Amino acid sequence: MPVFSLKNIQNKMKKEEIILKLTTIVKPYVQNEEGFKNLNEDTDFINDLEINSANLVDIILDVEDEFKIEIDNDSMEKMLSVKATVEIIQTKINA
Amino acid sequence: MNLSEVKNRVVITGLGVVAPNGVGLPAFTNAIKTGTSGITYHQHLKEKGFSCCIGGIPIISEEKKLAYLSPLQMRGFNSTSILYGCMAGIDAWKDAGFSIDENSELDYDSGLIFGTGTSGIEKLREAIYKIDDQNVRRLGSTSVVQTMASGISAYLGGILGFGNQVTTNSSACTTGTEALLLGFERIKNGKAKRMLVGSSSDSSLYTWGGFDAMRVMSYKHNETPEKGSRPMSATAAGFVPGSGAGALVLESLESALERKATIYAEVLGGNINSGGQRNGGTLTAPNSEAVQKCITDALLDAGIKASEIAVINGHLTATSKDSLEIENWTKALQRKGSDFPYINSLKSMVGHCLAASGAIECVAAVLQIKEQFVFPNINCEDVHPEITALIAKDKVPIKMMEKNIPILAKASFGFGDVNACVLFKKYSK
Repeated sequence: MPVFSLKNIQNKMKKEEIILKLTTIVKPYVQNEEGFKNLNEDTDFINDLEINSANLVDIILDVEDEFKIEIDNDSMEKMLSVKATVEIIQTKINA
Repeated sequence: MNLSEVKNRVVITGLGVVAPNGVGLPAFTNAIKTGTSGITYHQHLKEKGFSCCIGGIPIISEEKKLAYLSPLQMRGFNSTSILYGCMAGIDAWKDAGFSIDENSELDYDSGLIFGTGTSGIEKLREAIYKIDDQNVRRLGSTSVVQTMASGISAYLGGILGFGNQVTTNSSACTTGTEALLLGFERIKNGKAKRMLVGSSSDSSLYTWGGFDAMRVMSYKHNETPEKGSRPMSATAAGFVPGSGAGALVLESLESALERKATIYAEVLGGNINSGGQRNGGTLTAPNSEAVQKCITDALLDAGIKASEIAVINGHLTATSKDSLEIENWTKALQRKGSDFPYINSLKSMVGHCLAASGAIECVAAVLQIKEQFVFPNINCEDVHPEITALIAKDKVPIKMMEKNIPILAKASFGFGDVNACVLFKKYSK
């Protein structure tokens, strides 16, 4: 029987919760509804959701408001996919 | 004949309008026929200490906005001039018989010239406050496109998928009429088949404030807003600010006939010039000689005689310059007294819509030709004695008249001593 540490479980739940909130945030900017339906950790904002690159800064501002964090320029540049964004959000929340 | 010398005839095949007294063509047509004022009292002007607390603001529901702009376009949206311009432009394009489809094929034969003065001024205010608060990063992606002068042409160009020239012109209160003439030239010279032309202006106290400070706006009718805008009246006391947008689809006659489009009127020709702020002209006052030359050169360009003009839709703002404008028309046309054409000013009903005035008034002018009527000058029961000294009183109609109008002249004049005059003709083969 596999054994999970408590910390891992918390992180896992946290990740799903973050993805759920992120889904609501990106929804208005999405140009590819098919990609949005299949949204998962590997989803790329520009390639899969066809979000206008100019709108990425708006998504970042919305993320800051939702999670009450501030995202620096270096982190911003990396926030091109769900996975990278969740990781950055987690880092900032736990910081 | 050398092919390069062939000049296209240009006709108007679509109209769109967002005006203080009517949003959309049917409402606006009805309003100008019945002499309905769109001027109302605005408490927020009073609260900010304006002397003039009345103005013309188009009434648009949130639901109506979403019929023109997508939820994404509406995010962080704070530019009435872009909203009005998009609504008028989209309406005009549809009125011309085209559909709006975001996946439409790029149309290299269609372009647009859509003018404005200071566009998106409320959005600009938002940005300035954020920057001064050391929060520049919070501007997001919406600030630039909503505050650049060409925001309106950029929005419309994308919505309609135009591949010809897409630009914005700016020449104060001449803007809309200038846009029309620029589009006309482009089609006449074979550079485009269709040009959507027009202009828009924000409903904002920040747009209007400077005029209030110059004491050129009326402060005498805060209790009676509908009586406030009084062009050509002896009791005119300055202009009343307005806002909105007008749009017209210009098209080569060949293209219009090919599509079996409804033809509202023909654009015969016109002229744009400047008085160079010489001979009495200043940044804010017109050089009369240049005004008259603009009109006579417009007649030459259109190839018609002054005697053929049945109706004039003037600039006529309700400042002390109205009688000077009438005098300039009498001199340019060499017509006075009872020989003078009928003349009216839309500003009596909508106020002075500033950069949008030329386009909204061109829409009103073209409607008069298409439906053969002269709209009334409201608030002009007491025509100014300086005007009745020049032209017969009945040439300033205060009731709607049904009238056969073969040719109508429309002029707009603006700060910077700039002038534009266009001649519209009832369409016939």
